[in-house]
Amino acid sequence: MDFRLDILVEYIPFFLKGTLLTIGLSIAGIIIGTVLGLLIGLGKMMRNKPIAFLFNCYITFFRGTPLFVQILLIHFGVVPMLIGHTNGIVASIIALSLIAGAYIAEIFRAGIQSIDKGQMEASRSLGMNHVQSMKDVILPQAFKRMIPPLGNEFIVLIKESSLAAIVATPELMYYGRALASQYYRVWEPYLTAALIYLVLTTSLSFLLNRLERRLATE
Amino acid sequence: MIHVKNLKKSFGTNEVLKDINAVIKPREVVVVIGPSGSGKSTFLRCLNLLETITGGNVTIEGTDITDKKTDINKVRTEVGMVFQQFNLFPHKTVMENIMLAPMRVRKLSNEEARSKGLDLLRKVGLEEKASAYPESLSGGQKQRVAIARALAMEPKIMLFDEPTSALDPEMVGEVLEVMKQLAKEGMTMVVVTHEMGFAREVGDRVLFMDGGYIVEENEPKELFENPQQERTKSFLSKVL
Repeated sequence: MDFRLDILVEYIPFFLKGTLLTIGLSIAGIIIGTVLGLLIGLGKMMRNKPIAFLFNCYITFFRGTPLFVQILLIHFGVVPMLIGHTNGIVASIIALSLIAGAYIAEIFRAGIQSIDKGQMEASRSLGMNHVQSMKDVILPQAFKRMIPPLGNEFIVLIKESSLAAIVATPELMYYGRALASQYYRVWEPYLTAALIYLVLTTSLSFLLNRLERRLATE
Repeated sequence: MIHVKNLKKSFGTNEVLKDINAVIKPREVVVVIGPSGSGKSTFLRCLNLLETITGGNVTIEGTDITDKKTDINKVRTEVGMVFQQFNLFPHKTVMENIMLAPMRVRKLSNEEARSKGLDLLRKVGLEEKASAYPESLSGGQKQRVAIARALAMEPKIMLFDEPTSALDPEMVGEVLEVMKQLAKEGMTMVVVTHEMGFAREVGDRVLFMDGGYIVEENEPKELFENPQQERTKSFLSKVL
């Protein structure tokens, strides 16, 4: 097996651009997905049954269908319906955020419900209201427990952002496939893409590990 | 100070409190004893609405806490509670545990809350632990911090839910000592406990509960030495 470095060198600028967009998509998905996830998770825990049911439906749909299908639906269906034309980057960010929101909602709910109910009782018995108790007592403790599963979800998100390539979003895999079809090569583009993804995911897990350790010493 | 009338509490179909009537006067120390499952902890938790009340009334200082219009957060600031499992906030230091509610609810400044916290820690003998985290404390120390935390809200009434039941035997004394001190200062207290010695020594009145009722109540000496009801006799014969 020969390995053609020259075509890789030619594609360096494209891989760089693609990697930047992959990072951008992931960060957008992580941030929007986390905010969505917190809201949806709290929504699902509401005592109001019809509202909780709606949030539950959301989670069921987005966890239960492939991201592939969601991206196609959003790119060719939802986005054109909303703004008249479509845009791969916008559609990809929407799809990634929505699916991340569904998973992160469950992470938040599990984290909050894992805190001993005596904590809420102690806080309420001191006269603090529900919102104050959540903010000062429950969420800080729950957040610490959420870091490992959140880290997993963020890593999944980085990898799944590669599906954005199917709607011509010019991220890392888009250029990988472009290189593959231009030169009819397999190893060079895909191994390079794999390596770059690996660097991204291991850097993220390194950062999360450090964060977890810093919070643990408290 | 506290008036309890026809209090009922059910968990689903399980009726835990059947018909509780009691009056707790200011500066009184009332000790609640009884076998497990008799409803004594549930009774205590109804007094600050940690349990929703199924029927009857509880009036604290003239405020009917079962009334929907009553601001329960306001009532709770006047009623401190100490739990069997301490329930300290593990992510906060001892001092932060004590300062949190006075700052959030009573709107004290950081300095005011801190100086009050120091006073209280001195009172329970733990001023050197101010910046420690709860996990580094012994059970007895944790419970003393929990008492200081409840006192920081300057409640008029203190509720104790089996405060020494989760402690190793050698740590029971230090917690009871703090409670005795409080009683001496005139705090109104309702104490659910298995510590018969404490009931006898500190209690003004003892309520014996069984099967969701207050079966008998009297001054400790009378109740322990001359119980009137068969159930009281058989319970005391097992625990004394």
